[in-house]
Order: sequence, then structure tokens, then C-alpha cells
Amino acid sequence: MITYEWLYILTGGFFLVWSLLSSRDAKWGNAAFWGLLSASFLFGSHLSDFANGVLVLALVGIAGLGLLKRSDPATTTLEERQAHSGRLGNRLFLPALIVPLTAVAGTLLYNYTPLSESGLLAERRETLILFSLGTLIALTAAMLWLKPPVLAAAEEGRRLLDSIGWAGILPQMLAALGAVFALAGVGDIIGGIAGEIIPDGSIFLTVVVFALGMALFTMIMGNAFAAFPVMAAAIGIPLLVEGYGGNPAVIGAVGMLAGFCGTLMTPMAANFNIVPAALLELKDQNAVIRQQVGTALPLWVCNVVIIYVGAFLLWT
Amino acid sequence: MNYWPLAGIAIVVAGFALRFNPLLVVVTAALATGVLAGLDLVAVIEALGKAFNDNRYISVTWIILPVIGLLERYGLQQRARAVIEGIRGATMGKLLTIYLLFRQITAALGLTSLGGHPQTVRPLVAPMAEAAAEKSHGELADEDREKVKAMSAATDNVGLFFGEDIFFAIASILLIQGVFESYGYPLTPLQLSVWAIPTAICAFIIHGWRIRSLDRRLGRTAA
Repeated sequence: MITYEWLYILTGGFFLVWSLLSSRDAKWGNAAFWGLLSASFLFGSHLSDFANGVLVLALVGIAGLGLLKRSDPATTTLEERQAHSGRLGNRLFLPALIVPLTAVAGTLLYNYTPLSESGLLAERRETLILFSLGTLIALTAAMLWLKPPVLAAAEEGRRLLDSIGWAGILPQMLAALGAVFALAGVGDIIGGIAGEIIPDGSIFLTVVVFALGMALFTMIMGNAFAAFPVMAAAIGIPLLVEGYGGNPAVIGAVGMLAGFCGTLMTPMAANFNIVPAALLELKDQNAVIRQQVGTALPLWVCNVVIIYVGAFLLWT
Repeated sequence: MNYWPLAGIAIVVAGFALRFNPLLVVVTAALATGVLAGLDLVAVIEALGKAFNDNRYISVTWIILPVIGLLERYGLQQRARAVIEGIRGATMGKLLTIYLLFRQITAALGLTSLGGHPQTVRPLVAPMAEAAAEKSHGELADEDREKVKAMSAATDNVGLFFGEDIFFAIASILLIQGVFESYGYPLTPLQLSVWAIPTAICAFIIHGWRIRSLDRRLGRTAA
């Protein structure tokens, strides 16, 4: 049976290659950072919790000291790209489409045919496994079709990876922060405060407070990923799912989207709101946020309605 | 009740406001929150290590980078540009609405990097929107020019945020799945991603309407 463990080994292998290419390029900070991440993927399951924790602190130390640098491995020039684009045409989209198609069609096939009984893929893990399989197929297809130099794919991947840098593991780190918050009872404290505010038995008001908490926390933390575990532990799971018997899939999915409405309204989400204002040379640093508020507020209201209708009215 | 663990949230706010490295801010907040909740430092480091290890699946999706990088080497972005340029001659309203739809659909297919502020908004979308607005409304006042550019950037964000969750191998869907599973509610990514569709439709209608009304307002001030 194919499990997540296989994907971790595969991913660890990718990061190992990127680490080795970084060291060949004498980018030692990058080599150490991606090497440690590779170790986390390859050996994480066999290390003690404390060793994994020290590994995390080392990753953060490298990033915090600013040792991660952008890299520019040899690639094609703009003119060459223009020429290739003209010659290859819209077929260039095909390899990129293999990945979502494999993930989507594969998941549907696997769930709605007797394939799921084969037990080939770990339960509820099929999507990410099929996504990884799609990636390998797309990579092979692109290599056979375009016939690039042997290391080109790895080097181009490293170029993109280094342009993302430490931000690439921020979502994983925020999920870990959420877990620590949960352990420390932050969700319970906020849930307790919320419980005192919301009148007992009012499903609609509880939905409003949950969605409001998602948006506000996202604005504070700059990222819905950090807000989600806290609000799920505070209100989403104990009150909406367990207390009022709501549909967990709707509460989870649309709750996250209510958080995204908060992302549109906060300077903390610098990548999306402040960086483009600088890129576009706008005089007002918050000009992009100003244009987004008018979309974010009515959309947040839609999300409240969707949760209330989808998770409660339609569900029961 | 011990309210001290909430200080972790204050650390996150202060850390981001002071522009420290976000990884550093996040880990500092985690350590402080654990210690203030009465755990000893070793236990907090263990909890952090375990949680980081348990959430590795979120970062598996980076293995797509070599495919995207390779296709970029052969002109993927230039192709995307050509497709959008094929709809030149439209008004600013139509142009940004079509870009919104393009961004939502491609993000829903997992192609989140077929857009973005450095790659498409600055070199392509914003200048095209500005040119289209000038074509229908004449020379723009500085204030209006800013609004058109800011709306171009906003359109990219809205399209990305409210398209990507329909694709079920995206980090946020995996995070929701992980959180609910840890509380004993096993969900499949597909169950979650279908519930991103109603919001995606609302986002298209609301933001599309706002793009149109900005286009109309520009007409009024210019006239």
C-alpha cells in the first residue's frame, strides 16, 4: 500500500538534490536549509520529537540570520523563451495540465469505482498521492518532449524554490504553531470568551462569531493558516460541529474562506497587499487593500450565509 | 483561567509589525505560548517538532516546481501572456473580468503560479488595464490611474484566493483536513474542495461587479 511515507521519501529526495546543487553553487546557507528540510522528510518519522524540534529551530535559525539567498542557475533568455513559446504554442499548457487532471480524475475514479477496494492507496490519502504521481508523469512527459539538458529540471526547480525561499515552509510552520496553540489551550481560552458572549442555542450567531474570528485572526496573523487551527479548536469543532451537529466539511472549507476575506484587508499579508503596491509604484501603500475591502466585506457575508445554509439548513 | 498564553498572539502581531523574519516570529510565539501555559521548554520544543513532522504533507506539493520551471524555460509565461493579449481591445472592465475568470479557473486547476504580482500584474495586467481605461475614458487623473493599478493587483488576489481551494491538493485544503482529523473527523480533500465552489461564484459576481462599477466611475469623472 502506498502511504504518505513514500511521498516523504520522494520529497526528501527532491530537497536533497536541491541542497546538493546549492552546495555546488557555493550557496552554503541554502544548502544547509534545504539539506535539513530533506533530512526532516527522509528521517523525520524515525527521529524523536525533541530531535525534530531541534531541527526546526536550526531551520529557523538559518532563515532568521538571513542566510537564504536567491539563486540564478543558467536558464534560457527572454528571446529564446519568446521563440520557444511561438514554436510550441498552446501545447505548452498540456504537461502542466497532467498534474491536476491526474489528481482530479484519479481521485474520482478511485472513490467511485471498485479501485478503492484494492487498498492500493492509503485511505483518505489518495489525492496527494495521485498529485505526486501526476507530477512524476508530467515531469517525465516534459523531459521526453522538450529534451532539456539532464539537470535542467532540477536547476529550474531550484530557481523557483529559492525565489520562494523560507516562505515555502511558512504554511507548515503555521500549522505547527496552531498545534502548539492548541496544546497550550489558546483555542479553549478564546472559546471560553466566545461562549460567554454568544447567547446559548443561537446557531446563527455562533456561525457569525466563528466567521468573524477567522477574519479578525487572519488580519492579526496575516495568514488564514495560522488562524484556522485556533478558531476550529475554539468554536468550529466544539460549538458548531459537536454542539449543534453541523456539517464539518462545510464549516472547515468555508471557514477558511472567511479567513481569506481577512487576508484581503490586512497589511500583515505583505506578499499580497504591500509588495504589489511597491511593485506598481503606488503612492499609497494601502491602495490595494482599499480596492479589496469592497469585495471582502460582502464576500464575508456570503460565507456566513453559505456556512449557515450548507452546514445546518441543508444538512439536517 | 490563565489568559497568559494569549501573549503568543501579541508576539505574532508585534513580530510582523516590526518586520522580523516570519519563521522566527512564528517559532518565538510558539515557544512563548507553550512556556506561558506552564509547559517546560523541552516539552514545547518536542511539541513543535512533532507538529512540524506531522504536517510535512503540506510541503509535499513543492515537488511540482521542476515541472513548472522546465515549462517556463520553454516559454510558459510568454504563452500565458499571448493568450491574454489575444483579448486586447476590450475595455478595462472586460479585461479585468476576463483576467479574474482566467485566474480563478487556472488556480482551481492547481496552476497557481500562472499569475502573480511580479510575473503578470506588473508587466502585463496593470499596463493593459491602464491602456484600456485610457482608450475608453481619455487621459486619466493620477488618482484614477492609481485606482486602476490597485484594482489590477486586487483582481489577481481575489482570483487566486477564491479559485485555489477548488483544487484539492492545495495546502489550505490539506491543513483543514489535518486539523479536523486530529479531532476525530476524517474528511477527504474532495469533500472540502466542492464547498469552495459557492464562494468562488460569489467572489466572481461581487468582484466582477466592482470592476465594472470602477470602469463606469472613471467614465463619469473623465466626462
